[in-house]
Amino acid sequence: MRPLVLTAATVVSAIGRGVGPTLHALRSRRSALRPCDFGGASGGYIGRVDGLESHRLPPSLACIDCRNNRLADLALHTDGFSDAVAAARDRYGADRIAVVLGTSTSGVLSGEAAYRARDPQTGALPSSFDYGSTQDMFSLAGFVRAALALRGPAMVVSTACASSARTFIDARHLIESNVCDAAIVGGTDSLCGMTLHGFASLDLISRGACRPCDADRSGISIGEAAGFALLERDGVGMALMGCGTSSDGYHMSAPHPRATGAIAAMRAALEAGGLSAADIDYVNLHGTGTRANDAMEDIAMVDVFGTGTPCSSTKGWTGHSLGASGILEAVIAGLCIEHGFIPGCLNVTRLDPDFRARVIVDNEQRPIRRVMSNAFGFGGINCSLIFGTAS
Amino acid sequence: MEAFVRSVSVWGPGLQGWSASQPILAGGRDYVASDASPPLPALLSATERRRTGLAARLALSVAQQASEMARIAPGAIPSVFATANGDGAVVHSILEALAAEQPVSPTLFHNSVHNTAAGYWSIATGSQQATNCVACHDSTAAVALLKAMAEVQTECRPLLLCAYDVPLPAPLYASRPTSGSFGVGFVLTPEGGDRDLARLSVRYDGTMSPSGSEMPRLPPLRGLARGNPAARMLRLLESLALGVADEFSMALLDGRVEVRVRPCSPAPASSS
Repeated sequence: MRPLVLTAATVVSAIGRGVGPTLHALRSRRSALRPCDFGGASGGYIGRVDGLESHRLPPSLACIDCRNNRLADLALHTDGFSDAVAAARDRYGADRIAVVLGTSTSGVLSGEAAYRARDPQTGALPSSFDYGSTQDMFSLAGFVRAALALRGPAMVVSTACASSARTFIDARHLIESNVCDAAIVGGTDSLCGMTLHGFASLDLISRGACRPCDADRSGISIGEAAGFALLERDGVGMALMGCGTSSDGYHMSAPHPRATGAIAAMRAALEAGGLSAADIDYVNLHGTGTRANDAMEDIAMVDVFGTGTPCSSTKGWTGHSLGASGILEAVIAGLCIEHGFIPGCLNVTRLDPDFRARVIVDNEQRPIRRVMSNAFGFGGINCSLIFGTAS
Repeated sequence: MEAFVRSVSVWGPGLQGWSASQPILAGGRDYVASDASPPLPALLSATERRRTGLAARLALSVAQQASEMARIAPGAIPSVFATANGDGAVVHSILEALAAEQPVSPTLFHNSVHNTAAGYWSIATGSQQATNCVACHDSTAAVALLKAMAEVQTECRPLLLCAYDVPLPAPLYASRPTSGSFGVGFVLTPEGGDRDLARLSVRYDGTMSPSGSEMPRLPPLRGLARGNPAARMLRLLESLALGVADEFSMALLDGRVEVRVRPCSPAPASSS
């Protein structure tokens, strides 16, 4: 495939607002996970972005207000992202820039509040509840398209925890077929009762901060994040060099124990990029911290890369930002390449002795040319992206 | 962008399967808006079947029918699923549980993802092929068609496209009314074959004022097309059923997708 350049990018997560604070947190190995203090705490730890409750959207967009869109708004106004998009809009025309964004739960938190405020007699939701601009899955892309004054095609890609990773592939299809010249990719997922209680019902929430790849890991810590990238055919900077996607065809919420789907996605990404395993210097794992995911991913790593390629998960810093994890970790991949380092897994006291992949648990300084980033989601959907520097 | 329509399937009020619906959509038989549940997806194991809701069953049903008509083994090609509403019944049950501070059912939670139907399709068919799930509110059908055509062109391989939507239950229904349960499936291919229904050409136009002309020819179908995002495909279905050349546009937010249909089989003399 022809590489596509990320000419601008931004990210907001619990570890910081913007690329600079994100780098600083990774470098200083400072986790942002804290005991769950969100909406009637359900136990475990979370990666929460402070200040969303008081963040106000621009007046023209106040009618599409929800926690998810506030988090998106924060990211749009970080790292000069909306200015970069405005310049691209002048260059290409507003109708030639697509908006392809991932989210798994959109503004469902607004729906949760509405259900708590139902009319006791009729059961009706409060009249102030606006489904279309909050809970509806498309709300995020509609908000971002309006905020950036774009007129290109827009869609939400909702493939659970693979959502924002998958947007790179869908945007590539639109650019390669000349439907558009550039695309806003990435996505947003924000804390809500549905995921906090839902993952708890599956017994997948770690009591303490999540510990990806640790022998005693016991689940995820849910985080929230928003991140966006401007994807173009030409430019300078980090580029999408390869991408692959597959299905497990196995189970709705459990990964394939032999990792066949993950292996297929990782190999497809290498093949699309015309790359071999030796061309990858570091793999940023999906690495959620559940027993099943991390064991499965170790099998996939060894199958595709053998036991020599360094890999780690950064979810010990940010928590698992679900549908936003793909873009968050794409930005982290870019930082690893730009600054030549590997963020070793946080919170590991004893690496799982059954793992054979080369899991890094301390930060390492070394030149990184290309990073593979994995994202796997419910429904058995797998995405692998390869980032490198555009020549 | 161009692609060939290798097969088509439909399930909705009064439109139960393509062979039964084709004469209705071609205007040769009266449309009667009778409801009928989609057939249970035979591909799924009994356990998985019990776990699926109406939305997933509808999607799997049209996915299977489109695959069969195209003589492609189910799951043998990549797929794109498109739904504005997803499975509202599942989300509703979780919201009720959260409001009552009751535990959330684990099965409901894993069925609450927007890509549930895509997941069950790959499970049912044991497929490792790429799949996806997209949404764009009332413009979901238009963006799904655009996205699917772009994928066929870029990847140079056939693709299964399924669009489906079912009404949300009360009280969500009042905030987002949806008419009927409607699903449609297509197999699109980059290269023509003997049995293609039509050659499709699609283009996004974001410079014009928004006005879709995708309302069906048949007046009794227009309420369904207005009220169900997936049923915006009805105009395309009519063109395929009639086997006529057609041009129309599908509203995509404030832009539109221009669609041109050219029949592949010999068209009736009356067609242009």
